Amino acid sequence: MSKYVGASIKRREDPRFIQGQGKYVANVQMPNMAYLAIKRSPYAHATIKSINTKKAAALPGVIAVFTGQDLIDGGVGKLPCGWVVPDCKVPTRWPLTVDKVRHVGDGVACVVAEDRYITEDAVNLIDVSYDSLPATVDARKTTESGAPLVHEDIPNNISYPWALGNKEAMEKGFAEAEHVVELELINQRLIPTAMEPRAAVAQWNAPTEEMTLWTTSQNPHIIRLLLSAFTLGIPENKLRIISPDVGGGFGSKIFHYPEEIIVPWVARKINRPVKWVATRSESSMTDSQGRDHVTIARMALKKDGTITGIHVKTWANMGGYLSTIAPLIPTAIYITLLSGLYKVEGIYGEMWGTLTNTVPVDAYRGAGRPEAAYLLERLVDVAARDLGMDPLDIRRKNLIPKEAFPYQTPVAFMYDSGDYHRLFDKAVEMADYKKMREEQEKARKDGRVVGIGIVGCIEASGPAPSAVAGSLGFALGPWESGVLRVHPSGKVSLLTGSHAHGQGHETTFAQVVADELGINIDDVEVVHGDTALLPFGMGTYGSRSAAVGGSAIVYAARKIRAKAIKIAAHQLEAAEEDMVYDQAAGKIHVKGSPDKAKAFGEVAFAAYTAHNLPSGLEPGLEESAFYDPANFTFPNSAHIAQVEIDPETGQVEIQRYVAVDDVGKVINPLVVDGQVVGGIVQGVGQALWEHGIYDENGQLVTGTLMDYAIPKASDFPMIETSRVETPSPHNPLGVKGAGEMGTIAATAVVSNAVLDALAPFGVRHIDMPLTPEKVWRAIQAAKRN
Amino acid sequence: MAHTVSINVNGAAYKREVEPRLLLAHFIRDEIGLTGTNVGCDTSQCGACTVLMDGVAVKSCTVLAVQADGSSITTIEGLASDGKLHPVQEAFWEKHGLQCGFCTPGMIITVVDLLKNNPHPTDEEIRHGLEGNLCRCTGYQNIVEAVKHAAKAMPAAEALPEAMHEPAHA
Repeated sequence: MSKYVGASIKRREDPRFIQGQGKYVANVQMPNMAYLAIKRSPYAHATIKSINTKKAAALPGVIAVFTGQDLIDGGVGKLPCGWVVPDCKVPTRWPLTVDKVRHVGDGVACVVAEDRYITEDAVNLIDVSYDSLPATVDARKTTESGAPLVHEDIPNNISYPWALGNKEAMEKGFAEAEHVVELELINQRLIPTAMEPRAAVAQWNAPTEEMTLWTTSQNPHIIRLLLSAFTLGIPENKLRIISPDVGGGFGSKIFHYPEEIIVPWVARKINRPVKWVATRSESSMTDSQGRDHVTIARMALKKDGTITGIHVKTWANMGGYLSTIAPLIPTAIYITLLSGLYKVEGIYGEMWGTLTNTVPVDAYRGAGRPEAAYLLERLVDVAARDLGMDPLDIRRKNLIPKEAFPYQTPVAFMYDSGDYHRLFDKAVEMADYKKMREEQEKARKDGRVVGIGIVGCIEASGPAPSAVAGSLGFALGPWESGVLRVHPSGKVSLLTGSHAHGQGHETTFAQVVADELGINIDDVEVVHGDTALLPFGMGTYGSRSAAVGGSAIVYAARKIRAKAIKIAAHQLEAAEEDMVYDQAAGKIHVKGSPDKAKAFGEVAFAAYTAHNLPSGLEPGLEESAFYDPANFTFPNSAHIAQVEIDPETGQVEIQRYVAVDDVGKVINPLVVDGQVVGGIVQGVGQALWEHGIYDENGQLVTGTLMDYAIPKASDFPMIETSRVETPSPHNPLGVKGAGEMGTIAATAVVSNAVLDALAPFGVRHIDMPLTPEKVWRAIQAAKRN
Repeated sequence: MAHTVSINVNGAAYKREVEPRLLLAHFIRDEIGLTGTNVGCDTSQCGACTVLMDGVAVKSCTVLAVQADGSSITTIEGLASDGKLHPVQEAFWEKHGLQCGFCTPGMIITVVDLLKNNPHPTDEEIRHGLEGNLCRCTGYQNIVEAVKHAAKAMPAAEALPEAMHEPAHA
């Protein structure tokens, strides 16, 4: 039955990209277009005394200059937070700030001019007078008395507290423990750095009062709803959002950003099309960032390595404002993951979402789950070392057995399926772990500094049952929509509420539809990213598109099949229940009589001529489905890495990387491997190089690609991937999600490998990124002692 | 203040009045209207805007349009000829060497230059050759595979697009 699903089909979207025909927002060009630039704060924390725009407005070519107050007077609303946990204090956030600036890059005014170069000149002519204030930047210290308040109405800079788990069971686990490991960990700030900087283009049609906004979004319908209901006030049916080709997101393009309000507001004001394209530096200081946790993590164990308790306290830096779904990340997809792949009864996590004078933090690839995996896998490694166990053995000892699924953790989640022992067995075999360890021993005797990391990680993907998401704080419901429009000729348009920004939906979704309907993949066209063409959709994040969006498509296809059977039965004068929909042949025939058949195309044509349909059946062949998932899916992985450190320089070389992932059923292995490898490299970036650094004044020190080190081609060997497949039992495709697993495991496994290499020096832990300087210093300190 | 420049882009001659500060990247995108050349950074790190200038890969955000006066530029739009993809384009498609596609034009142009200078590179030489081009999606692995695939498929003479064999501009 599966002709396409499971096959490595070359991507159908690629011809336009490899020929320079990608339709990115920055490429949208129209007559009479004006350009917009934003005046941004050079201070992290300062009161705005005055803004003088006269010189800028007088510059030839400048059309207008607007301040935050102009926008408020012109009717814009505050940016809402769409995920609000109990007792959450949501700070006020205007598209352009009016009272004080709260992070470097906070917008205070904007210029619209005839050309991009003039806007930059004019921005420099805007004179803002500031009273600078002391800044607060550290996730934990910001809650201490004496720290400057980011928002005067939010005491102690605590936006919200959150806790989950069974505290009594945790305390019992620690009381029974024979060994306790404690680590204080910093999961550093990351800057997402999608290669395409954010952009927005707006076109106002004054006579019809319709606005079209092209924006670099992972979820155009959510942006339309927020613009309509909260920030811009244009009715949803007069507001069209187009997110055409988007050049990578990794979470950073989920959120509703000020520029999506400013650009259309100005376009309407001056009645001309307006374009804004971020520079890279602007993206670095305005795109919502990732991670930034300070954590005290403890693990209780028996001497034989059995884990009896886990207790975690985390201060999660939210930055200067709450970004669109920021409170979700360190709560319902962080503390809920603290069980990992392990059977542990006593788990308790508590956290505080805190405000600082830094760029807002929100979902970034993995989002909460890598933070959980990292701390858990660091604890397990340190415990193994303390107890004199092999890191593989201690993990195997605690794995949830496959008979235990569905498995209820003590931190809310019910894991759907998995075979963690098989996962580890496969990774160990691929890597030849035993030999790796033997060679490490030899290398160490030769004075080489070689380390091996091994981790097992869990992810919660495909969020989520809408009622559950609602109970956890989400203002919307993360279901997904799919429409199949079968044209009279039998060709199919698939309209999906999922959004692709590199994931390859135009290929994988077409594979699913072609198989479901028994048609040629070339007869399926995938449409996404335009609110005027699609039913409301929730977009793409959280590795949800195949599991949730794909499921919606399957159910829409099944409705098409049911109607096609009715039509074919009627025309062949047979009973509906005697019909067979033969997907391999693309025909509907009478059971036992394959010749008494109607081809899919014939049925489609008949549905539209409507000359001979069953009585009461509507003409046409178009069906939609809105799919609300029954549960999250739980991809899982075992990764093994080997590194060698040059003790003279501290340079880490990744020598081998083996990844075995269970992402459920695989629709397209080529695409899944691409996602896994891409994710791994991004995760290694965090382990070894990437760090969004703010100095004590709140200056972003790593605000360009000269200072913020994302991985390069020369940093990696060929990554070896393989899979274990346990289908998710609760969606029709059996898929789990492949977008984030690599990132989640890679950070932990490379950190563990580096720290394993440094074990002979007595180094217990170093915070990421494990840069040559940090590694070198650790080695030197060990040598001195 | 404005300067007149004559620049040949993908075989066609363009004469424009430009400000001395206009970047070649913006000349190509805004003056000529060829938007395949993407701009991903402002410090010449990412390489998304790489084009061939007189046959040599350059980051077009690091060249002023006035510096390109009299030169011949090949952008991603100029690689395929007569509806036939360049072997490097084919290889990126074949090996899934792209995801979001934003770095791809610059990456492909860089590889064309790389293979021209070194038709049979080792993995290490490929990875070293790609250091000036950043990709956030693929983890580079399938790009390396694509380069190897292209190297096998491509006789050295095919490395340069046809437009580059012609004399510079009118």
